[in-house]
Amino acid sequence: MTESYLETGARARIVGLLDRNSFAEFLGPTARVMSPHLPGLDMPAAFDDGIVVGEGTIDGRPVLIAAQEGGFMGGAIGEIHGAKLTGLLERALDVKPDAVLLLFDSGGVRLQEANAGLIAMGEIQRAVLATRHAGISVIGLIGGRNGCYGGTSIIARTCDWLIGSEEGRLSISGPEVIETIEGAEEFDSQDRALVWRTMGLKHRRLIGEIDRVVADDVTAFRDAAKDYLGRSRDLTLDALEAEQGFLTERLNRFHDCGDAREIWARLGINEPARVPDLDPEAFESIATTLAVQRP
Amino acid sequence: MESFEFFFPGRPGLTWRGDGKLVGVVGSGNLEVMIEPVQLKGECLVTISTSVTGYRETWKRVVADFVDRHTLSDIRVSINDAGATPAVVSLRLDQAVAEYLGGPL
Repeated sequence: MTESYLETGARARIVGLLDRNSFAEFLGPTARVMSPHLPGLDMPAAFDDGIVVGEGTIDGRPVLIAAQEGGFMGGAIGEIHGAKLTGLLERALDVKPDAVLLLFDSGGVRLQEANAGLIAMGEIQRAVLATRHAGISVIGLIGGRNGCYGGTSIIARTCDWLIGSEEGRLSISGPEVIETIEGAEEFDSQDRALVWRTMGLKHRRLIGEIDRVVADDVTAFRDAAKDYLGRSRDLTLDALEAEQGFLTERLNRFHDCGDAREIWARLGINEPARVPDLDPEAFESIATTLAVQRP
Repeated sequence: MESFEFFFPGRPGLTWRGDGKLVGVVGSGNLEVMIEPVQLKGECLVTISTSVTGYRETWKRVVADFVDRHTLSDIRVSINDAGATPAVVSLRLDQAVAEYLGGPL
């Protein structure tokens, strides 16, 4: 039986990704570790502050896992939410799992928690890099309704690997933010096709920002995650310089493109207008040969 | 925000076990319900934190109806609400019991 990754919540995603009954939550809702900021703003808080963290297994291999609950404040990262993520990553250094899985579904920093949320972002990024530096694979999964925006998108791009469905989106600024700043002529946030071909994960895959597009199905995410357990991307000065060179080259190659479809055509895709219609398998077979390859 | 706390006399019946269960999500028009076994000399305690003020009586009736429909004792039900309607609240409460007992989701 298939279960839509998009339509389910944080807890159900974890249950579907891990081996049956293997999940043990840290600081679960009964611990009531809640936002200290929201009551002062007269806003409702959540018992788990919108994130589920814990440990479990995939095919018997130990992993740590975190899932953001997009239904609570758009999955935005506040102080407690961020501390739970940082703590999970720091635990990875002690227990050395085969991977840390981060299930992103978030608009970025929780603006109501301002500085505490921003500090959390820095702490999480540092913890992701420390985890990778210890040779532990950090795998990001994107396929929720809120996509992966703002500071959360920066965290995602510090991971070793990113897996997502075409329903997912990855970008620094959201469509409405761009429209507000630059005007609807620059970016029409109501144009869903434009939003998805600019920020959607098929485009991100084709320009070398994520590693795999899968179907909107929890089992498909699980199967893809298995391929990356225990595998790290190089994190050395040489690797970072190679990445910088890759970004420069990519900008030179596509800087005059006004639309994602022009980039897809330049990559050698015969019918760029049909890319959004391709099912994940057909798309992956094209992307494997034609997508921009990260070093 | 407004908070209430209601105690109800319990009725022994369902056997509670484990750590507690959370259902729902604190989003617009929705709520989260957490159910936990707690020693309360057989009583049931329901605590509510809601973003909509002025509906204490409605909450009391919805929760009393829930307690009437199940045989509950020694449990604490905790609710964080972001403006759910009474029908949604009732469904979430029933869902919490069903999931706690390992029934259908």
